[in-house]
Amino acid sequence: MGMNHTDDQVMLKDTVAPFLAENAPVKHLRSLRDANDQTGFARDLWKQFAEMGFTGILVPEAEGGLGLGHVEAGIVLEEIGRNLTPSPFLTTAVAAVEALKSAGAHLRGEWFPKILSGDAIIGIAVDEGAKHRPAATALVAERAGNGFKLSGKKQFVVHGHVADMLIVSARTAGAPGDEQGITLFAVPRDAAGVTTEADRLVDSQLAARVTLDGVEVTADAVIGDVDGGWASLTRLLDAGRIGAAAEMVGVGGGAMDMTFGYLKQRKQFGQLIGEFQALQHRAAHLYGEMEGARSIVLKAQHLLDDGDPRAELFVAAAKAKSGLACNLAVREGVQMHGGIGMTDEYDIGLYMKRDRALAEFFGDTNFHADRVARMNGY
Amino acid sequence: MTDLETFRKETRAWLEANCPAEMREPVKSEEDGCWGGRNWVFKSPAQKQWLEVMAAKGWTVPDWPKEYGGGGLTAEETKVLRTEMAKLGCRVPLQSFGIWMLGPALLKFGTEEQKKHYLPQIARGEIRWCQGYSEPGSGSDLVSLQTYGEDKGDHWVVNGQKIWTSYADKADWIFCLVRTNKEDKYRGISFLLFDMTSPGVTTKPIKLISGASPFCETFFDNVKVPKHQIVGELNRGWDVAKYLLGHEREMISGGGLGEGMASIGAAFKDMAEQEPVLRAQMALFDVETMVFRAHSERFMDEWKTGKAHPAYSNLMKYIGTELNKKRHELVMSAGGSDALEWESERGRKGARPRTWLRTKANSIEGGTSEVMLNVVAKRILEMPGA
Repeated sequence: MGMNHTDDQVMLKDTVAPFLAENAPVKHLRSLRDANDQTGFARDLWKQFAEMGFTGILVPEAEGGLGLGHVEAGIVLEEIGRNLTPSPFLTTAVAAVEALKSAGAHLRGEWFPKILSGDAIIGIAVDEGAKHRPAATALVAERAGNGFKLSGKKQFVVHGHVADMLIVSARTAGAPGDEQGITLFAVPRDAAGVTTEADRLVDSQLAARVTLDGVEVTADAVIGDVDGGWASLTRLLDAGRIGAAAEMVGVGGGAMDMTFGYLKQRKQFGQLIGEFQALQHRAAHLYGEMEGARSIVLKAQHLLDDGDPRAELFVAAAKAKSGLACNLAVREGVQMHGGIGMTDEYDIGLYMKRDRALAEFFGDTNFHADRVARMNGY
Repeated sequence: MTDLETFRKETRAWLEANCPAEMREPVKSEEDGCWGGRNWVFKSPAQKQWLEVMAAKGWTVPDWPKEYGGGGLTAEETKVLRTEMAKLGCRVPLQSFGIWMLGPALLKFGTEEQKKHYLPQIARGEIRWCQGYSEPGSGSDLVSLQTYGEDKGDHWVVNGQKIWTSYADKADWIFCLVRTNKEDKYRGISFLLFDMTSPGVTTKPIKLISGASPFCETFFDNVKVPKHQIVGELNRGWDVAKYLLGHEREMISGGGLGEGMASIGAAFKDMAEQEPVLRAQMALFDVETMVFRAHSERFMDEWKTGKAHPAYSNLMKYIGTELNKKRHELVMSAGGSDALEWESERGRKGARPRTWLRTKANSIEGGTSEVMLNVVAKRILEMPGA
């Protein structure tokens, strides 16, 4: 099979694609936005996701899930991207589930069932500044009795204001910038001392700034090892990064298809604009970039699923490339649509906005290209 | 253990036992590899030995059928063999237009007699082939070619001129596009094979900007070609040519798959660390290198299972050649004034600048980048217009 999809994967795609196209196309995003929705996604749709088994894709079979991998999660995310569907899938069913796999039985037993049933939303609280720098974690967790007391601020916590639990990276030793000395915590959002402030972002989704002011948690709230949380955090982030990359393959692909469709129907100078070689070459180049992004994302998903030690390098390259390709797709999309591409009524602009947000999510192209260089020894 | 894992283990053991140490060093240039042919002088005993043991196993052409000198391996086994060779750094035992281009065309269009005659010679590296496609007036617009074969009953008499014939001066035989009907542009071309020592064939090397002369002008002056040396039907050579160009594009796009796939920043670590902007360019280039490798792997997997679009190799050719040119721009930047030296021993007689210049042909030969983009736009994206 190699990098071909298996029959089961093709079947999954054939289930997800029509489901989202019918139940959550771009106008679903518009309706939430125009109704000034304060949740950030549709809860009934999230319930349906759970009923169809999607939320359990990465949950181990022994714990009630489907026990599948990142290729399968990516199939769902690509369709989410293509339809610009607002969904907690990436944070809750992908990043949080991967993090919880390094948690103890207590946390797994509490959260996996709620994720499977669509009753839990989990926010990922890692970033503290405008750019993604996980090692710079400064939010402090001090030992207090049998547990810890957390204080500090987080931002860009997507759906954090309505989350049931936040996965928080905190510093238990060392200094900001050190990978060592970070610990991951599962913090209930309704714990005393947690406040959230939701902001609508450029792509209409809601993300929270979170303040933790002396929030007390027990030792059971620790995910992975105390001071050695970097491994669990990397697992969470790599799942989130490859997931975001897969979603960008969908966003870029959707923008590209819409644009190619436009080139085949818009007439100027008495001919279809898709007949102009200047546009044909740009279209073909864009197609090549998107195909490259699709390939490296798939490769990284396979390596992650195989537990291959090169996975981290390939995930970084995949997030970097999907950022470049998707960005080209939305820029060419707006430009080739001309004036109509600048209107709110037309969907291409929504793709551009979604690309912008996903680009920043879990590290942008510059951040990940730099990591590729470091992992390659320079 | 699955059969494939057993095959992997056995293959690895065989390669370790049979590939001479010298043949595990990367080739320094295109000419440094083994090209075979009647007049081939082996560069070392190791080169000869490596070709012979691989040819005996049929592994110069692992996926060709055994009866034609191949290894009879499945697509999966071939991939395993290539992966294991790459891991050990084993050189390709035989570089050959016969293997890359003519062979696949013969397998698809050749008669049983032609396959039995030509393919084993190709597999063993006994006959070196060159390709007669482009003409002075027919480059990107190849189908306008005018070299003419006049029907003389049991043979054709061929007159005309080809250009950019790779290694024509070193090749034993040529596969050549010849017009056999002047009335029909596309259905008036035949695909002929003939011996380069035939009376009336002359070649003249063309000196390139790199200083090397890998290409020739080739002249045909009343060259007799027997009728049984046609591949495919009369006047349907364009079908053969198109099929073969697909393979050529695959080859050129995959040209960087060997040494060209290593991290460029790691190769020029000091330079990268002293110049942040160069380092950034190299980091982004490393990303693109990994992307292309994954893309090629996915393309090959889809190609073998018939899922790839028939014109997809045009896209890979475009991406692969542009990437290779970019790589050598960065190599020249990292090399600074050292990389300008054209003749010194210190600079390996200008290997770097000569290679850099050579790569500029990547996006011209076998179809220019612009033609590739035309094909992708029209055939894959189905853009409107002629």
